[in-house]
Amino acid sequence: MSNAPPLLAARGLRFARNEQPVFGPLAFSVDAGEALLVQGDNGAGKTTLLRVLAGLLRADEGTIEIDGRPAAPGLRARAIAYLGHLPALKADLTALENLHFLCGLHGRRKGQLPEHALAIVGLAGYEDTLARQLSAGQKKRLSLARLWLAPAPLWLLDEPYANLDLEGINLVNRMVQAHLREGGAALLTTHGAYAAPPVRTRMLQLERAA
Amino acid sequence: MMASAARALIARDARLLWRRRGDALQPALFALLVVVLFALALGGEARALERVAAPVLWLASLLAGLLALDTLFRGDAEDGSLEQWMLAPVPLSWLVLVRTFMHWATTALPLLIATPVLGELLHLPRAQLPVLVGSLALGTPLLSLLGAVVAALTVGMRRSGILVALLALPLYVPVLVFGAGSVAVAAQGLDATAPLLLLGAGLVLALVLAPLAAAAAIRIALT
Repeated sequence: MSNAPPLLAARGLRFARNEQPVFGPLAFSVDAGEALLVQGDNGAGKTTLLRVLAGLLRADEGTIEIDGRPAAPGLRARAIAYLGHLPALKADLTALENLHFLCGLHGRRKGQLPEHALAIVGLAGYEDTLARQLSAGQKKRLSLARLWLAPAPLWLLDEPYANLDLEGINLVNRMVQAHLREGGAALLTTHGAYAAPPVRTRMLQLERAA
Repeated sequence: MMASAARALIARDARLLWRRRGDALQPALFALLVVVLFALALGGEARALERVAAPVLWLASLLAGLLALDTLFRGDAEDGSLEQWMLAPVPLSWLVLVRTFMHWATTALPLLIATPVLGELLHLPRAQLPVLVGSLALGTPLLSLLGAVVAALTVGMRRSGILVALLALPLYVPVLVFGAGSVAVAAQGLDATAPLLLLGAGLVLALVLAPLAAAAAIRIALT
């Protein structure tokens, strides 16, 4: 754990929308085996920060490094798995078909099967259920299964606890814990009301820009 | 990686199409309607129909493709799929190309296959059929690729409606002119190679450039 570059490092990261500052300048880093909890009120820029890190938005200033190298699109795509507000599920496909497609798109972690991932997130028995018939919480669980299958070491989770019951919140924490134990890292946004995963956690508090 | 992503996307679209086969049939039915109405309006008179058969079939294919254009990326934008496409380890333009190919295969290809039958309905002279099928085979993928750029440009809007048609039509006009023109040239007993080659050149150009342009437009629309 000594001299290895952090899995993700940001320096002087700043983002403005229509000349209105959203956040920054921010500097932080996340090592393998660590979680970074991004906290802040509604509108503080948590989602925007994650979208910038994922590469969906471009930062106005600052650098992002992954594994000590500048975050080029190809490197980002291999290193980052992003769970956003939109579930990216097709309503007319079954749970299993959705997973198969997303695995084809993002690749799959060695030794992991979509069927097993469904069982892990508590959706065993729902393999052939159309996504449109799943509840919001179950859709979230399906997205978590997709994340579990992704080969990327860095998870960007935008409000992973939203829509989930207590057992689901524990599930997210268990998944993050297991992922970190395997040398991954995770960024989680939350507005603070939920229990954080019992892992080595750093905090990043976002304030609403004046 | 690129091949497996393409396979996954094709399998997904094929499944979605089958689940919503009623919707998927709409463009083909629309084209059939246009053709039949034209035949009825001209009173089934063979001599009048002969002259307009090829342009009508071209127009029916074009309008059918236009009808389905708005759905090309909209569904994927609304449920967040496009976000995941942008984050995938394969180029977005490659996924756009595959998606556009599926659009062509589901709207234009059925019509292309039905062209001999529809041609009979319109008393299309048999000698013109090979040129018509050839021009449609080159022209309709070109229309789909140009349409993909327009659909990508409007994907950020909640409802694009007529805007897609207005943006697409100027791009479609040259394709229609050369496509229908090639059959007209053949009908006069001249060599139709030149317009067909032009369509082919346009198709090659669009195959390379249109996915890049559409991918760039999607990135702009979603940020």
